[in-house]
Amino acid sequence: MTKQPSLRRSKTPYGWIYLFLAPTLILFTLYTLYPIGATVWYSLTSMRSFTSKNVQFVGLANYIALFKDKQFLNSLSVTGRFLLMVVPARFFLSLVMALLLNWKMCKWKTFFRTMFFLPVLTTSAVIGVVFIMLLDPTMGPVNAIFAMLGLQDLSKVSLLGTSATALGTAGVIWVWKWLGNSLIYWIASLQSVPEELYEAAKIDGANAWQTFKSIVTPLLLPFAVIILVLTVSDAIRVFNLMLTLTNGGPFYATETVEVFIYRHAFQSTSPRMAYASAAATIFGVFFMIIVLLQRGITAALRKGGKTA
Amino acid sequence: MTTASTTRKKRSIRPGVWISFVVLMALALLWVYPFVWMISASFKTNIELLNKGLNLIPESLNFDAYRRAWVDAHFDTYFMNSVITTGATIILVVIRCSLAGYVLGMYNFRGKTLILTVLLVTFFVPTGTTLIPTVALSRDLGLLNTQAGLILALAGGGQVASTLLYKGFFEQTPHELMEAGEIDGASFVRIFVSIMLPLTGPITATTVVMTFMGAWNNFMLPLVFTFSNTALRTLPVGMMVFSKGDTVDYAGQCAAALLSIAPIVLVYVFCQKYFVSGIAGAIKA
Repeated sequence: MTKQPSLRRSKTPYGWIYLFLAPTLILFTLYTLYPIGATVWYSLTSMRSFTSKNVQFVGLANYIALFKDKQFLNSLSVTGRFLLMVVPARFFLSLVMALLLNWKMCKWKTFFRTMFFLPVLTTSAVIGVVFIMLLDPTMGPVNAIFAMLGLQDLSKVSLLGTSATALGTAGVIWVWKWLGNSLIYWIASLQSVPEELYEAAKIDGANAWQTFKSIVTPLLLPFAVIILVLTVSDAIRVFNLMLTLTNGGPFYATETVEVFIYRHAFQSTSPRMAYASAAATIFGVFFMIIVLLQRGITAALRKGGKTA
Repeated sequence: MTTASTTRKKRSIRPGVWISFVVLMALALLWVYPFVWMISASFKTNIELLNKGLNLIPESLNFDAYRRAWVDAHFDTYFMNSVITTGATIILVVIRCSLAGYVLGMYNFRGKTLILTVLLVTFFVPTGTTLIPTVALSRDLGLLNTQAGLILALAGGGQVASTLLYKGFFEQTPHELMEAGEIDGASFVRIFVSIMLPLTGPITATTVVMTFMGAWNNFMLPLVFTFSNTALRTLPVGMMVFSKGDTVDYAGQCAAALLSIAPIVLVYVFCQKYFVSGIAGAIKA
């Protein structure tokens, strides 16, 4: 925050200030602060639905039950395996593509960027529905292409309908959908490297790899951490795509934590709100840890960069 | 000597340029293929789609799938719902975020640090965590299964990024502008509306397109807000319902999908730079 001298003016118009803040403070309290507290509170009770009577305080019972629930542990494992697959893929593929697109010699930059951005604009529900068709083993073009390439065995597999392949397939689709976003992150980061540095490297006779390694990498490191965390936080919240693509199936093979929460809270004929809230609390805590980790690393990197 | 070295350099660069261009082009084709297939499928009959799903050029231009999606599958209603909820959400977000960003950027006051800290800490709280109480609260307020309730939930939660965007902008704005207004006897509100707000053009444009994308494509909130009131479904929810329906109408689904994404693609074409600055803003925060 830059302190400007004019900020120390004689009278601070408190009335107006709080009036201007009122809409945000009210909405924020209702739709962010209250829900965070309420989720934690629900998770400590026996509430089954919104109309439940006789809701009792049960302490940590829901949490204990959760960690004994094979389906919850499965949803943690699904989310974890999904992260391990998609985060490196999206992170590195988008970096390579951004380097190509940021290259002076590159033609049709806007065209390419637009193409890669189309899936980002498209709502996950549409992507889910369209890929169900594309990957349909009887009428879909993807299996037909496999057959044309002589991959007869693969062409008969329902990639989304088979437990062994569903999560990987969803991962490929997810990377395809969000890559354009990472591309914009990387291009913006690359453009923050001053042009003169490249010129200086060229004069010193550095080749492209040397330039990348000794000039671009150290300057990109703080951005890389942020991009990594944004990618992880996107990947954890993969709900929309999973719900429309597979609804967590087949046999819970793609049930991520958010799909688990949704199923117990809203999809079941006998909802378990408290139980779902406990899962939601764990999910939120886990999420905040990652964000705080990023804040810490970024701060450390900035400090290290300044003293060096 | 210099000319010789530059021609040598040019020659050595050219294959690299070509290879990267071909790689990017191959990837771009992979990226647009689903869209091209979707467009082509939307003009086919379902029988043609089943028999010749690979052909990208339909045998004849058949618009019936669009009629089925628009009329029979109620995408006319879903489309209007999406337009209304998105439009209202944008207006609310711009008003609340510019008001809050203005005072947070312009003034130092008691409670400011607390407000900023809370905003930053909750920046990343996922919808999955806040969803259940949001629905419970809306239910208690009689807002569940209403359009107003959905709009409030969309515009109410989070929006931290936009608030901070306005705050950052007003921090950079010269205070002399405000003081000049005060000398002229303009009121607090008048200074904000007639002097300050018109300056925020690019910031407001970025906020509008990012909110547009967030609200138009939002799925979780409209899904749980329209369980018992199907007349309020937005396009993404309608899309899922259509695909899980009793009759399987692939061509109709493709037409519906294209109707759902056409508006946002159009907005992107005309406001590309604001999408880019909005997304790139995430790494600069």
